[in-house]
Amino acid sequence: MLSKEEVRYIAGLSRIHLQVDEVEYLTRNLAGILDYIDHLKKLDVSQVPPTSHVLPIKNVYRRDEVKPSFSVQNAVKISPHAYKGFFKVPQVIE
Amino acid sequence: MNLNQLTAHELLDQLKSKRISPSDIYTAVVKEIKRLDPQVKAYVRLINLSFPNALFGNPDEVTTRPPTKTFGGDSFGTTFKPDSESNPTGNFPLPISIKDNICIKGEEITCASFILGGFHPPYNATVIEKIQNNGGILVGQTNMDEFAFGSSTENSYFGPTRNPWNLECVPGGSSGGSAAALAAHEAIWALGSDTGGSIRQPASFCGIVGLKPTYGRVSRYGLIAFASSLDQIGPLTKDVTDNALLLNIIAGHDERDSTSADVSVPDYTKSLVNDVKGFKIGIPKEYFIEGMDPEVKKAVGEAIEVLKKNGATFKEVSLPHTEYAVATYYILATAEASSNLARFDGVRYGIRCQPKNSRKGSIVDMYEETRSVGFGKEAKRRIMLGTYALSSGYYEAYYVRAQKVRTLIKNDFDSVFKEFDAIVTPTSPTTAFRIGEKAGDPLAMYLSDIYTISANLAGIPAISLPCGFSKNGLPIGLQILAKPFAEEMLFQIAYSYEQSTPWHNIKIPNHKFQTIPKSQ
Repeated sequence: MLSKEEVRYIAGLSRIHLQVDEVEYLTRNLAGILDYIDHLKKLDVSQVPPTSHVLPIKNVYRRDEVKPSFSVQNAVKISPHAYKGFFKVPQVIE
Repeated sequence: MNLNQLTAHELLDQLKSKRISPSDIYTAVVKEIKRLDPQVKAYVRLINLSFPNALFGNPDEVTTRPPTKTFGGDSFGTTFKPDSESNPTGNFPLPISIKDNICIKGEEITCASFILGGFHPPYNATVIEKIQNNGGILVGQTNMDEFAFGSSTENSYFGPTRNPWNLECVPGGSSGGSAAALAAHEAIWALGSDTGGSIRQPASFCGIVGLKPTYGRVSRYGLIAFASSLDQIGPLTKDVTDNALLLNIIAGHDERDSTSADVSVPDYTKSLVNDVKGFKIGIPKEYFIEGMDPEVKKAVGEAIEVLKKNGATFKEVSLPHTEYAVATYYILATAEASSNLARFDGVRYGIRCQPKNSRKGSIVDMYEETRSVGFGKEAKRRIMLGTYALSSGYYEAYYVRAQKVRTLIKNDFDSVFKEFDAIVTPTSPTTAFRIGEKAGDPLAMYLSDIYTISANLAGIPAISLPCGFSKNGLPIGLQILAKPFAEEMLFQIAYSYEQSTPWHNIKIPNHKFQTIPKSQ
């Protein structure tokens, strides 16, 4: 069972600020979904290897060559706050 | 019949004989968009045409703003303006619609989310390059569930798309805009993406053909990621022949997507032969369970009889871990999504919001405010579920366990495909449901993907094609699955079925569009 505190904690990890009513309904909602997911605990998977990826592709390498790419200006241009080729953000270090 | 109602291959035949020009086709499509899309709402943006998007203004001023997408305008014309990026000598100069999560250089893209407002990607997705190299004309970007989180296209910042067969019903999702646009003949063909059924389920609900290719068959470069180990771009078309043609264009290895497979691409149109003699097809007993609409069951049963008559043999098979697929999917997909969506933080793309009464206005406050304002309800729910499954103390119990169950689900398919060429199932347990019907119950919504999710977990290809109509006139979809890189098998079975049945030729009666539903 999920508590409201846990929901607020997960929201913090997710960098989402929840309103009071959002905490209420997400607590209910997520608890219901987790109940359903707990269904998986019925299976014994102790001897089963995990699958993270379905294709038998491993270690895809390419030559380490310099190729044309976006200019800094173009890459930064799409930011909501760019300044002289940099991403501008609120002060990070006190 | 108007040109927009024809299939791509019919139009290509007419172009070859010079009876029509690409401009005629484009004009017919745009005219239909202008006529029907105010009701269907399949598109969020048109390309090269004025389609005023008053939604996103100066990101500095953004707080919360209601969706204000407006349609049409003074210069919303029907003049043919070929895409400047498109190859004028390409063999496929046909209008195509693109789901709003596939990057087109310089065109705004939002994944139907507020958080990406104003983002104009500086590059093309590989599939867009391939379409333009073949002369394709990008007509518009289609509505979807925000970040592809949904099965109904109701979770869109722009509001829901409507099913052209019944405007009170959902078109399915998340590629609901692409499917609805095709069903209403507001497009010739379209691209979508499929993470748990997002191409096949809307194809089923809208009476068209939708393919989820094998994982790795089509490059994902330029597709805004939802769940990277499950996502695949695929074609939505009016018939099976078009689907093979469009897969020919978009398939292939791409060094910019390290998960794309270096497997040669056959000419899929060679599989379009009406012959299934000797094909062994499995019917998974776990799929024909309670909860399936009797009309769906009947239609799929009849489809099996048609294929039997054409020479295929059928046998019941077992996919014993089917009942665990939805739970496995909702751990893995949300875990990957929470990681992929961490990049939307107000720094590099889209909107940025500062809390109004913040004392310090720290960078974390900015992240939190931007994400709280920018993401919709379902996006927040999924990010949080995924974050929880990956968090310390729960990672083994949820995420790793789900990865292990994924192995079991994949093994189920591997063992069936040792003996069988394909599997047939319904695409969805029901026909299109009503707008709002499942909106308040996320679990009910998640369970509507019960038949499509396994193909993504196993990485195998699967196609949905029309196999009849309910008494209420809503389309029913037949799903065919095959082993990895066996799209040819899917096309051959699907083509044989299609050529023996009338469904793909049935058009939506025009009176369906005469009345605008009262409810919003």
